[in-house]
Amino acid sequence: MRGATSAKWVAGAAIIALAATACGSDDGDSNDSSKKPAAGAVNAKGIFSVEVGEPQNPLQPANTMESNGSIVVKSLFSQLVDYDAKGQIKMVNAQSVETKDSKTYTVKLKPGWKFHDGTTVTAESYVKAWNWAAQPANKQTNSAWFSDIKGYDDVAPAKGKPKAEEMSGLKVVDDNTFTIELSKSLPYFEYKLGYEVFSPLPESFYKDPKAAGEKPIGNGPYKFASWDHKKQIKVTKFDGYQGPDKAQNGGVIFKNYSSLDTAYEDLKSGNVDVLRQIGPKDLPVYKTDLGDRAVDKAYSAIQTIVPAFYGKQFKDVDPKVIQGLSMAIDRDTITKTVLQGTREPATGFVAKGVNGYQPNVAGDVTKYDPAKAKQLIKDGGGVPGNKISIQYNADGGHKEWVEAVCGSITKATGIKCVGDSKADFQADLNARDAKQVKSFYRSGWVLDYPMNANFIRDLYGTKSDGNQSGFSNKEVDALIAKADAAKTLEDSVKEYQEVEKKLVEFMPGIPLWYYKVNAGYSPKVQNVDYSQTGDPILTQIQVKK
Amino acid sequence: MGRYVIRRLLQMIPVFIGTTLLIFIAVYALPGDPVRGLFGDKTPSGAQLASLRHEYGLDRNIFVQYGNYMWNMVAHFDFGTQIASGRPVTDILGDAFPVTIRLAVFALVLEIVFGIALGVISGMFAGKFLDQAILVLTLLFIAIPVFVLAFLIKAAILFPADLPPNVNDSNNLGQMLAPAAVLATASLAYVARLTRGTLVENRRADYMRTAVAKGLPRRRVIGVHLMRNSLIPVVTFLGTDLGALMGGAIVTEGAFNIKGVGGTIYESLVRREGTTLVGLVTILVLVYLLCSLLVDLLYAVLDPRIRYA
Repeated sequence: MRGATSAKWVAGAAIIALAATACGSDDGDSNDSSKKPAAGAVNAKGIFSVEVGEPQNPLQPANTMESNGSIVVKSLFSQLVDYDAKGQIKMVNAQSVETKDSKTYTVKLKPGWKFHDGTTVTAESYVKAWNWAAQPANKQTNSAWFSDIKGYDDVAPAKGKPKAEEMSGLKVVDDNTFTIELSKSLPYFEYKLGYEVFSPLPESFYKDPKAAGEKPIGNGPYKFASWDHKKQIKVTKFDGYQGPDKAQNGGVIFKNYSSLDTAYEDLKSGNVDVLRQIGPKDLPVYKTDLGDRAVDKAYSAIQTIVPAFYGKQFKDVDPKVIQGLSMAIDRDTITKTVLQGTREPATGFVAKGVNGYQPNVAGDVTKYDPAKAKQLIKDGGGVPGNKISIQYNADGGHKEWVEAVCGSITKATGIKCVGDSKADFQADLNARDAKQVKSFYRSGWVLDYPMNANFIRDLYGTKSDGNQSGFSNKEVDALIAKADAAKTLEDSVKEYQEVEKKLVEFMPGIPLWYYKVNAGYSPKVQNVDYSQTGDPILTQIQVKK
Repeated sequence: MGRYVIRRLLQMIPVFIGTTLLIFIAVYALPGDPVRGLFGDKTPSGAQLASLRHEYGLDRNIFVQYGNYMWNMVAHFDFGTQIASGRPVTDILGDAFPVTIRLAVFALVLEIVFGIALGVISGMFAGKFLDQAILVLTLLFIAIPVFVLAFLIKAAILFPADLPPNVNDSNNLGQMLAPAAVLATASLAYVARLTRGTLVENRRADYMRTAVAKGLPRRRVIGVHLMRNSLIPVVTFLGTDLGALMGGAIVTEGAFNIKGVGGTIYESLVRREGTTLVGLVTILVLVYLLCSLLVDLLYAVLDPRIRYA
């Protein structure tokens, strides 16, 4: 999940969702978003720099939640699987991941993989690492990711002392094989395995986990070189890397910038090579400044406004009212004007680039139609109090679009609408946790794994981690349970597509728009592309001679 | 003199306790929680939260927390640990302070050299064209906001000259020149005006007439008799300004990508990292207190009528 903590988020779109993983295709011609500059001769040992802020947590794979840490961890650690740009799974450290019943998975590793310290990556490296990270005593923020595995509740019970140190569902068969038994069947568990939290750890890690967080040893395409806190992190190409996504450059420097504006100035003056985002100040000019080195591409993240169903106002609201409010928002105009083309109007609950994405699933509900909006709200019995507010954090650059959305709703329906600003993200979260949101709140979600379940189950299931609105619907829960119990991954994806269609009827939130990467790079590099998480795909970037 | 210094040092203790306690309570009172913040939009389990909060002692009474913190700080020089990164706060302070001290001292030198020079020129030619020009210039310096000035310097000087617009290496004095100049401008204007004002006032003083009547050379009249008396208010201002430069460079540091105290304070505040914040502020408070002591002692040097017993 991306934490809106760094200046990057303060200045830009403070979307808050998990930094998931995505990876480059290694054929190096997947750049579908822009005209590619002519390719030059490549210096395979060349090192380039990327704008990345100071990671919030130590660089332990199970402890990294926000984007600054996750891009670094991703370069140092490889997981069993990864995804291509269409959300399909590809094998990385795993030879195969097989299951007959979606409950017990057999993982076979590609033999001969090495950690950066020369030790061999075995089944034990995985099993031991996951057990270590699941233990509450080790304080890994992402430990909840193991909760699907059988025996997790004994290792990390909700209350009281742990009963076991190891999850009973993980069994090492031999050096290159282990099995994962889940507590209940989950056809898309394989998708989760591509997230950093499922990385293997070398033996040396356990001697001093704290030191390992400062100088991580992984199994990924790059090995750690140095970390000058708050200034830069350097990683260099790992020559012994066996994976499909070998680095096509000599290394990466993650350079810390205090603001997007300073990073952009440095890009223009040749002091940094790749940006992840352009600040609002430079958005109007970046395409003319950078020419064909400007990037404008959708990635898998969505912004919604969510009604607080636990509050007085929306406790028993008729979904028609929410549909009506949704139709009162002129997404096309707002994304073009206020948001300067950095977003794409959303047409459903699932973002683009995700397995199971359906175009235009919401139909009319996400189209601007003042007359119909009024009618629907009237049919649904009107908005209680005839006034709504949208809660957001003032330090994330949301004020402008919240006001625009409010203006659009008021203009179309006559319902009063105001922004309810909280000083910063912490205060915003605090109000959400304490169930103090009066009307609507802003919510952002970047994919964890590119499968539609992530945008549905993890946000709108009654007991999900991401469900903070108190939305609870028996029919939706039953459909989710059914989709989770599907025989195969394909069936599960299809079932979830049905759930998404159902969500349009119940409106657990109003989808606003999908995020886009607006970024750029210097003339020194080529073959630059961005993944579904909106991060540059480091391994395929080439440094020109 | 020695007794006076000891008395002043003892007076610092209640001030020190008061400021740190205030900051501690202020951070505590803000909505939000550093541990909860680690999880962003995902809701962590209660057990996870409780164990983390216990680990950092956040589940205790605020005054107990404060007492423990202060005891560790004074007895073991241990400023606690940053929650998110797990690094000792002393490391974080050690990263940020040297950078900011370099910037602040650099700015202070610019302030003293240019501010006093402009002030003296202005004061010696009071009412003439040169004086008017300098007054207009300083008015501009005070009026332009820091971020505008930073932008202007980059757009007008650094970019055309192909110089790096931002600081990539805080040890490089050449790169630090632009931010130091931006940081110094407003205070520089105050120094110039203060110098001018006291000069004009003191030029008419009796002791000046006496000095001229004694037939002293002009250099000595102005350089010693006039300057020494005129610089007292300026020194006071400079002393307090050093503290302000160190703590208040948030905008300048941000505009030039300098990783100093300003940015760290902002970041700790946003993440509710109370321990880091109190550590930073503690050092700043000490700087302020020592600066003001130094200023008071300088009075005795500058003004023969002041004697500390």
